[in-house]
Amino acid sequence: MSERTFVGGIHPSYFKDYTAGIPIAPARAPSQVIIPLQQNIGAPCEAIVQVGDEVKVGQKIGEPKGFVSAPIHASVSGKVSKIEPFNHSMGTPVMAVFIENDGQDTPFEGMKPNKSLEELTAEEIKAISKEAGLVGLGGATFPTHVKLSPPPDIQIDTVIINGAECEPFLTADHRLMVERAEDVVFGLQAFMKALGATRGIIGVEDNKPDAVSSMRKAVADAGGGYNIEIQPLHTKYPQGAEKMLIKATTGREVPPGALPMAVNVVNQNTGTAIALAEAIKLGKSLYERVVTVTGPGINKPGNFVVRNGTLIRDLIEQCGGLTPDARKLILGGPMMGFAQPTDEIPAIKGTSGVLLLTEEFVKDVPIAPCIKCGKCVEVCPMNLLPNFIGSASEKNVMDLAEKYGAMDCFECGCCTFTCPAKRPLVQWIRIAKGAIAASRKK
Amino acid sequence: MERKLVVSSSPHIKSPENIQSIMVDVLIALFPVALMAVFLFGFRALITMVIAMVAAMATEAIILRKGSFFGDGSAAVTGLLLAMTLPPAPPWWVVAIGAVVAIAIGKHIYGGLGNNIFNPALVGRAILFVSWGTHLSGSVWLKPVPFGFTADAVSQASPLVTHDASLGDLFIGTVSGSLGETSALALIIGAIWLFYRGHIDWRIPGGYIGIVFIFGLFAGGFSMGLYHVLAGGVLLGALFMATDMVTSPVTANGKLIFGLGCGVITMLIRLFGTMPEGVTFAILLMNGLTPLIDNMTLPKKFGEVKKSA
Repeated sequence: MSERTFVGGIHPSYFKDYTAGIPIAPARAPSQVIIPLQQNIGAPCEAIVQVGDEVKVGQKIGEPKGFVSAPIHASVSGKVSKIEPFNHSMGTPVMAVFIENDGQDTPFEGMKPNKSLEELTAEEIKAISKEAGLVGLGGATFPTHVKLSPPPDIQIDTVIINGAECEPFLTADHRLMVERAEDVVFGLQAFMKALGATRGIIGVEDNKPDAVSSMRKAVADAGGGYNIEIQPLHTKYPQGAEKMLIKATTGREVPPGALPMAVNVVNQNTGTAIALAEAIKLGKSLYERVVTVTGPGINKPGNFVVRNGTLIRDLIEQCGGLTPDARKLILGGPMMGFAQPTDEIPAIKGTSGVLLLTEEFVKDVPIAPCIKCGKCVEVCPMNLLPNFIGSASEKNVMDLAEKYGAMDCFECGCCTFTCPAKRPLVQWIRIAKGAIAASRKK
Repeated sequence: MERKLVVSSSPHIKSPENIQSIMVDVLIALFPVALMAVFLFGFRALITMVIAMVAAMATEAIILRKGSFFGDGSAAVTGLLLAMTLPPAPPWWVVAIGAVVAIAIGKHIYGGLGNNIFNPALVGRAILFVSWGTHLSGSVWLKPVPFGFTADAVSQASPLVTHDASLGDLFIGTVSGSLGETSALALIIGAIWLFYRGHIDWRIPGGYIGIVFIFGLFAGGFSMGLYHVLAGGVLLGALFMATDMVTSPVTANGKLIFGLGCGVITMLIRLFGTMPEGVTFAILLMNGLTPLIDNMTLPKKFGEVKKSA
């Protein structure tokens, strides 16, 4: 068992067996894709195609409206039939481009292999990642080129690839590390070159020994003289949270409210590394990604390459449909994912998993008073007092919630998972964060 | 899609542990202690425990007006803990009043589970102590007779008064005292279960027992240190009373300070006070300081550096 870890955290049941052994397979391209124009943290995109236009696979259809944004590309070839608001996994509907698939999969001519990594400059790598529409594929979808552009007074010395995949049920990163290890290493090398970093680390939870060994082999086989190490990490949630991962792999602690670059580190997800490798080697833009479709509520779970804009309904159909007792649809993992009211939702860049939970997971348990057992305090990886923040928020005393650390919570959910009184602590903390942020703006 | 989906805020999975399962764990932890009490003091000990538990649960059921008699199990724990602090066979009405007071005044006056400031069982005991002290001290201590389920009771003074019990007797529990306090062995077995289940951590008992030992060490050497740990209610208090979740701090440093404070006050009462024992009032006093301790020991946030002046 690996010693590398952080203080706090929980050991939930991991439920990885549904899909951990299933190789990645392409999902069926749907007859129509619905591609939302907001797919990243930051500014949305504006459509640069019009109804009636013919588009090709990989062609840019959305242009970012700000620096912290990334372009969006067509995932099928065919005709743009509509541009109008449609359901979005984050709640409110956003503008989306509807493309009728002509079934030809005609690739966009602009997607061409680039120079070799040796010949590319740092600026060129940044430009490639921006044009390819790369965002963090772990779920937060932060635009990659922004992470690759630290302020001039900060020198990044370490790039960490997040292969922890600590969310229960999800296995997309796991399968990618087993099947696409060379591209993970290639992507990491490109990140290091873009940032001038001297050290690369790939952190993998030690419940994925096959991923650890395939990554070790890929690093040993890779040339280029990059200093890259594989670090098996103690299996514990939230090991893959940015700050916890940096602590476990480098021993550095990112200060409250700061970004990893404050300790000269940049984190990238496994899938993002592969996307960058594909963007450099093939010129491929980010129009598809690996999604784990899993859970006790789906008949045939698996790991799939899913085109951007594929409706979750189509994915569920391909996986043999729902079991009779399926009651909850979650995009992402069970700890931080978002429950959806409908399956009429397009998969986007941030969709790492489609999780179907059954009756037994959705039992309505009454909320009891806090018995001050302190278990949430023990598990909080940020050393906050979730019990006190929660109670303050429940009573709408937001300055007290702030005092106990509400704004430093990244909503991993360990406290709510652990609470024997079944108090929805993270939910209350989210309410507090919203209220505090709103009052600061005034 | 015609199927209705449940939408809720993450996380979507929860630990199976709940308040009732914790209370059941505490009852399991108290089982060896209760067994030892019956073994040493006979069936009258069992009767005392049953009266206390039933009275506590009945009081809670009446106040809450809910269907279930056992409920979340917390009243049963309070009743049993109260019984553990009582002599083997006080009059039945003393036990019953203690349990009613513990639940009604110790707990529900403050708003019920989770809201009480003081350990309910100790509130019950404290009220009995000041109201019917003759039933809780003096000649009420029975000499323990292993397997002597029907033997006549012979009274014997508390080892905290006589200071002549052997450390071996104190460890096994073959000395006079309250039902649950005499056998260090049984208490430690029970506490190991609570440690194993993650319901208590070392800081409160460690601080409490450690400081009691150190006081005893300075008062009369190594064996006196051990004597003060094993005799009287320190182990019962440190392992089962001071660790009560509701009335002890939640921060790591706060727990240690709380334990140390309990130990210091206990020993000040024992060494310099008029009463031979001070566990009850030491813990109750520290209970009152718990919110203050929590707020003075807020943990350093992840990544936070101490501000240099």
